[in-house]
Amino acid sequence: MRFDDLLHPTPQGLYCPPGDFFIDPVAPVPRALVTHGHADHARAGHGAVMATAQTLDIMAIRYGKDFTGTRQLAEGPVEVNGVRVTFGPAGHVLGSAQIGLEHRGMRITVSGDYCRHPNPACAPWEPLPCDVFVTEATFALPVFRHPAPEGEVDRLLTSLAAFPDRTHMIGAYALGKAQRVIALIRAAGWDRPIYIHGALEALCRYHVEQGVDLGDLRPATGKDLTRADYAGQIVIAPPSAFNSPWVRRFADPLIGFASGWMQIRNRAKARGVELPLVISDHVDWPDLTRTVEELAPEEVWITHGREDALLRWCEMTQRVGRPLRLVGYEDEVPE
Amino acid sequence: MKAFADLLERLAFTPARNGKLRLLRDYFAARPDPERGYALAALTGDLGLRTVTPSLLRALAVERVDAELFALSYDFVGDLAETMALIWPEPDAPSDPGLTDLVEELAGAGKARLPGIITSRLDELGQSERYAYLKLATGALRVGVSARLARVAVAEFGGLDVAAVEEVWHGLTPPYRDLFAWAQGGAKPESAALAPFRPVMLSTATDAEGLASLDPADFVCEWKWDGIRVQAVSDGGVRRLYSRTGEDISAAFPDLIDTMAFEGALDGELLVRRGPEVAPFGDLQKRLNRKTAPKSLLSSHPAGLRIYDILVASGQDLRSLAYTERRKRLEDFAASLDRDRFDLSPLLHVGTWEDLARLRAEPPDPVIEGVMIKRRDSPYLAGRIRGHWFKWKRDPMVIDAVLMTAQRGHGKRSGYYSDYGFGVWDGDRLVPVGKAYFGFTDEELVELDRYVRQNTTDRFGPVRAVAPGLVLEIAFEGLNRSARHKSGVAMRFPRISRIRRDKPAEEADRIESLRALLPSEAR
Ligand SMILES: [Zn+2]
Ligand SMILES: [Zn+2]
Repeated sequence: MRFDDLLHPTPQGLYCPPGDFFIDPVAPVPRALVTHGHADHARAGHGAVMATAQTLDIMAIRYGKDFTGTRQLAEGPVEVNGVRVTFGPAGHVLGSAQIGLEHRGMRITVSGDYCRHPNPACAPWEPLPCDVFVTEATFALPVFRHPAPEGEVDRLLTSLAAFPDRTHMIGAYALGKAQRVIALIRAAGWDRPIYIHGALEALCRYHVEQGVDLGDLRPATGKDLTRADYAGQIVIAPPSAFNSPWVRRFADPLIGFASGWMQIRNRAKARGVELPLVISDHVDWPDLTRTVEELAPEEVWITHGREDALLRWCEMTQRVGRPLRLVGYEDEVPE
Repeated sequence: MKAFADLLERLAFTPARNGKLRLLRDYFAARPDPERGYALAALTGDLGLRTVTPSLLRALAVERVDAELFALSYDFVGDLAETMALIWPEPDAPSDPGLTDLVEELAGAGKARLPGIITSRLDELGQSERYAYLKLATGALRVGVSARLARVAVAEFGGLDVAAVEEVWHGLTPPYRDLFAWAQGGAKPESAALAPFRPVMLSTATDAEGLASLDPADFVCEWKWDGIRVQAVSDGGVRRLYSRTGEDISAAFPDLIDTMAFEGALDGELLVRRGPEVAPFGDLQKRLNRKTAPKSLLSSHPAGLRIYDILVASGQDLRSLAYTERRKRLEDFAASLDRDRFDLSPLLHVGTWEDLARLRAEPPDPVIEGVMIKRRDSPYLAGRIRGHWFKWKRDPMVIDAVLMTAQRGHGKRSGYYSDYGFGVWDGDRLVPVGKAYFGFTDEELVELDRYVRQNTTDRFGPVRAVAPGLVLEIAFEGLNRSARHKSGVAMRFPRISRIRRDKPAEEADRIESLRALLPSEAR
């Protein structure tokens, strides 16, 4: 039996023939194992979904209760048609998991998206020993060295002190990034209300229910608040909201964006961002290469992102690297 | 260096002009001489550290990083200095040497010592300072501050008249101690330089609707020629040709300089002229951006000046006179000039705006790109002041072309497929006719980028070939014959004016219809 017989890419996504299931499929399939709730990994319309309790909850929040035919909670190692399946924490977003497969002495870990830097909104990454490590390569270029997120949030607070009349509006994606940014702002000592766009409400509420402390959150749509009330306040919103007339209600808005992409100046400029905050939920280059070194798998399989650079690194360090060229994933994920 | 690096970061991310001016004023107020002067020179491009080439930097980088990883990174980041700053190993405790020391060290270093100096500085600086240092060394800051804006900031900092700063500017050298002394209440620096640049008067765009409320009797009209606007100054034996932003381009035009046997300052359009015939812009383009001009090019592509205005005559400043008065002086002045090189831009006889519209629609020469409308009583004013001069450009030419290739953008669009190659039908094949990387909105960019990713048929490095399915309406300003292009034609300023989702690719234009747009002598 070869690794390929346990897992291989298909047009619908990664498929495990002996277990007869897909992992993070991009099209509806009879049986899906889902690493986490981000849209390019978790889609509606499968026959059955197995995921962590939090990922199942998040999928229900995003897609409605009927997002799948049946659902199965991933708890501890389980056998699926003779394949031993383990969900281990990925440190990426609330509920995120890596999926380990074990069959006839062969082990493959599909890491989904993962992050090695501590995140108050989810359990930290843990190694799942494997022969094949399946990884994404979103930030797989040596130019990506994410700074400590605490320092980035300090820059936000410094800017608030320098421009006390301006509403600081920080773009952050609704699942994970928004809550992480809020938690970081709280950890930095900001105890005033933080205003959130309506698109973030359900997922923020869910984080709070799950025990993530986000402090005093208020809707950024309050009819009783005037422009002046928003001066010097923090508003968190999905980045797309900044293109809408909604922004005009705030006082001289200063637009920020929390994303790993903000490390590249031109990305920030192209988005009209005045305050780029380099805060990422993915591994940067040092953490990605360190992870591969620590796991020391026989092969590294790359799902999407900067695969050329990671393949080159594998070649330089005498590792077997293989691009899966999965379709349906964004080349540059919203992050 | 931290203060300068911080200034560059903040300038780059401050979109508003007023915000940039404020950052610059604050910097000039906070930093001592000569540091602020070196910073100003860096912003205006006058630092003169020209020896650090991209290939030198690349060579330094690949001593530290695998060449292939570096190339992939550079392709993604789109900026060499930024790629190096990000990829260079971080020191445990970054240091903060002074900007002055760094500039003087670079200026004083011979070619042989330069690589060693740069490497050891990169080893001690933090990321943001590495970026600023490399930008300094390569002389291309790209923080959205023009030389002009930097001078405006100095003027505002000192409460000085911008035009007065512009006038003395060409006589000043970094680190501009005399300029900052003036800004802080000292004496105005003597304009030591002969043949200084004087700020150019600019026009605002208008159209038939905009003109309707104006009385044609208050204005004179002339053609807007399709060359480049220049200022020719001859003063006590010193002769200079300036672009309209004040860059000295004399070196590229010795033929014109040689014939500037006058005392004064003229405003006109630089053109390639063969006798009475004006050559298309493509011919002039061959003469631009050169440090020297080969003899053969001087005789095949002779430069000439079509004069619009006169600013100074025999030492007398005429700028406060009314346009009609200056024009009279210009006509006298021009009579003594070399006729092969200098001629007057003729005035148009226009009774009504309808007359002008008719002339604009059918200009007598293909190298005309519209008409100019100038108020009779306007003095010659620095900058773009509304209500005095107007331009009414000819409508652009338009074709429907098919998207064929896309390349990752550099600069602002880096990471998006934002440079598009397009073609038109030649029989049943598409032949590429041009490339465009602007004209679309940010939303359209995302749409185009997605189309490219979903319809890629082939990849060559940063370029993707795409299936021929998307029609783009391309607007452009003119068409030249070109041997370099397979299609035989080259567009001027092509841009994407619309995405024609409604149009099937088979119905895009054919090469014959494009050739029909060539100026008749080039067909
Ligand atoms: Zn994710
Ligand atoms: Zn992902």
